[in-house]
Amino acid sequence: MPTLTINGKEVTVEPGSTVMQACEAVGIEIPRFCYHERLSIAGNCRMCLVEMEKSPKPIASCAMPAGDGMVIHTESEEVKRAREGVMEFLLINHPLDCPICDQGGECDLQDQATAYGRGLSRYQENKRAVREKYMGPLIKTVMTRCIHCTRCVRFAEEIAGVPTLGAVGRGEGLEITTYLEKALQSELSGNIIDLCPVGALTSKPYAFTARSWELKKTESVDVMDAVGSAIRIDARGNEVMRVLPRLNEEVNEEWISDKTRFACDGLKYKRLDRPWVRREGKLVEAGWDEAFESIAAVLKDLPGEALAAIVGDLADMEAMLALKDLLGALGSARIECRQDGAALDAGCRAGYIFNSTIAGIEEADYCLLVGTNPRHEATIINARLRKATLAGLKVARIGPPDDLTYRVEDLGDDAGLLKQILDGTHPAAEALQRAEKPMLILGQGALTRADGAAMLGLARAVADKYGLITGDWNGFNILHTAASRVGGLDLGLTTEGGVEAILSDAAKGKTRAVFLLGADEVDMSRLKKAFVVYMGSHGDAGVSEADIILPAAAYTEKPGTYVNTEGRVQRAQKAIFPPGDAREDWTILRALSDKLGVTLPYDDLAALRAKLAELLPHLEETDTAPQAAWGAFGGDSKGAKKGGFALPVEDFYQTNPVARASRTMAQCSAMMRGEDEDREGTGTDG
Amino acid sequence: MSAAVKNGGDFAFTAANKKWAAGQIAKYPEGRQASAVMPLLTRAQDQNAGWLSTPAIEHVAEFLGMAAIRVLEVATFYSMYRLSPVGKHVIEICTTTPCWLRGSDAVVAAAKEELGIDFGETTSDGEFTLLEVECAGACVNAPVCAIHRKYYEDLDGDSIRAIIQSLRSGKEPDAGPQIERQKSAPVGGPTTLTEGA
Repeated sequence: MPTLTINGKEVTVEPGSTVMQACEAVGIEIPRFCYHERLSIAGNCRMCLVEMEKSPKPIASCAMPAGDGMVIHTESEEVKRAREGVMEFLLINHPLDCPICDQGGECDLQDQATAYGRGLSRYQENKRAVREKYMGPLIKTVMTRCIHCTRCVRFAEEIAGVPTLGAVGRGEGLEITTYLEKALQSELSGNIIDLCPVGALTSKPYAFTARSWELKKTESVDVMDAVGSAIRIDARGNEVMRVLPRLNEEVNEEWISDKTRFACDGLKYKRLDRPWVRREGKLVEAGWDEAFESIAAVLKDLPGEALAAIVGDLADMEAMLALKDLLGALGSARIECRQDGAALDAGCRAGYIFNSTIAGIEEADYCLLVGTNPRHEATIINARLRKATLAGLKVARIGPPDDLTYRVEDLGDDAGLLKQILDGTHPAAEALQRAEKPMLILGQGALTRADGAAMLGLARAVADKYGLITGDWNGFNILHTAASRVGGLDLGLTTEGGVEAILSDAAKGKTRAVFLLGADEVDMSRLKKAFVVYMGSHGDAGVSEADIILPAAAYTEKPGTYVNTEGRVQRAQKAIFPPGDAREDWTILRALSDKLGVTLPYDDLAALRAKLAELLPHLEETDTAPQAAWGAFGGDSKGAKKGGFALPVEDFYQTNPVARASRTMAQCSAMMRGEDEDREGTGTDG
Repeated sequence: MSAAVKNGGDFAFTAANKKWAAGQIAKYPEGRQASAVMPLLTRAQDQNAGWLSTPAIEHVAEFLGMAAIRVLEVATFYSMYRLSPVGKHVIEICTTTPCWLRGSDAVVAAAKEELGIDFGETTSDGEFTLLEVECAGACVNAPVCAIHRKYYEDLDGDSIRAIIQSLRSGKEPDAGPQIERQKSAPVGGPTTLTEGA
């Protein structure tokens, strides 16, 4: 344990720490541009120079290992001069176009130039100008501003696993570019915008729309997938301008996927902002009373067994409970949350959550993926898997092959292989046996098969046989794709026969009224005969057969409780108000219940949440991943059949109503299909 | 220096070069085959008419299991890798201080006039490319130029013209000093230790 003296204070740090980390341990801020905690050390910006006694010149503290007996000064005249010198050089070729730069106000270079730079420049000569680079529909580049810290290059190589960014040329001709100026083909690409310490890489959709100091910041959680990434919603007036990541070491570290970050423009388009009622085959605008009365007229004499509800992928717990209670009051318990027909079992919590936890992936030494593509289904979990593989995790896959950005041993796309592993006749069985902390990730691609229940049972049998569940380790994981799913299962929103039975009963006329809570992923044509009430935020597939449309709030417009794939309970906050007449989901249901004469027993959010907590005590414990007891779930593994898997996510950028309404996501989708020829004209912008 | 654009025809190492490349890679420990990128790029450039096309860079990248951008970074860093087509004969004239003091200006002017091109250009018949290089490390025989990895030394306007004309007629002019001089020995014979010689 090396002990250093920093500005006269003694500090002892872990072996392997750097001088910069030692300085931070005693609360001294060291300016830096290229250094980043989660990236490899480059040491090329020189901003972190400090004085070390017995060294003839200042040292780069980010790259210098802390040694025993070092005497460091960070406030000396020499350090001050070194910082001023470095800053002056960095600014030589920087355009100083802060007034027209989107980074203005949240720019490391701006801040550090103010804090550590000289007040004036002595540079009189010409500055260099660099042509913009095309990096796809998300990242705007003004490369003249680049200070060559190479954070983006290291991020692409190390975290995203798509080594296509690089620095070509040398000296004054050095330029950061993607290979042949192709778009950056990563679902994490937006993070380089946050990493860029200057305004060289900025958000293209957000360009010139707002200044950081005009924005109201709301800390919330994401619902684009089942990861529940921590986000900050930046809004101006009643418009979400952008979404940024928040630090949550246990979930998303400090990264978010491009869908989480850029789908927010979908909140502006295709919105349902007033109730609609179908009259003589046509949807016409209506008031709330009219819509409620139309519903009451149909439901009045309807027997409970003719009523059913399907919950969509973005529903919050409050709405789901309110809907469940409303249906219950009307005599129906037929409310289904497994929109995709996954054969999940709500009986045992350990049987439908990601038991290892996301952070726990780093402890595992062997991972078997079954019927899943985590890169598209849960980008952040895939990033964690990649991080773990770099530290030694071995990953094998049963399912369709695709590039996951790390090395994967492909066993084949055949569910029969899992059976062979259970029988011990497949070589992967031995690997599972040998592993100290093996994990299995079962995707929706396996659970939505016709033999999904048997697949779940088979996976459970494999987990039992190969010691995936030991005292403090549970390696059995379900990877969900919908933010609402675990919450729905917690509430027990499963029905005999699932969505398929509801749809076929509706087609047969047995189920006469169907309530869709933002459910857009089911085959609407089979609901033609039924009376359909659609409650949701967007005019997506669900409204096509709707008889009544009730406009509801999107995830940024309501306080909501979500449970992510780990079973972690998180609260989303209200950042803006819903548009027009749209209301928070549970309040609509509460008002409707009044009209139907079955008033729900909660008048405010606190009462509703108290009811939720009463039903599900674990909901009180937010932001932790609770341990779930292992139990019985799944069907008979003997029923598992052979054959390949159909993965749930075909197009990463188009998985939910918000993303489908987003123009940015549509551009990304086109880019991934190779249809991004619409490149902007390039210049130097400075 | 700008990034290479997609250019050039298909490229793959010849069987002989493949074998040679395997020998280069074998010099480095297992898993460090990327260390062989520079000799492989040089060989690829030689095979590809003196320049590195995008397919050539990608072939080397694939050969070494590297990302193409990593190879492009190397190729753009060193000026000895050429990223656009060059003539059959590449004439690299040194203009650094010792050569300049010894009259490289006249050599450059003569070469430019003889070829009708400027630095960095290629003659329209695709025969010659003229390049300006930094110190070639042969200052004792300044001014010098390099053609096909051979040094032509102690140049003046006339001798560079003669060399170009000789190349144009399909001959290979003699490399080394273009004046009466043995290698780097003193001009006009020994000046010391002459007694007893």
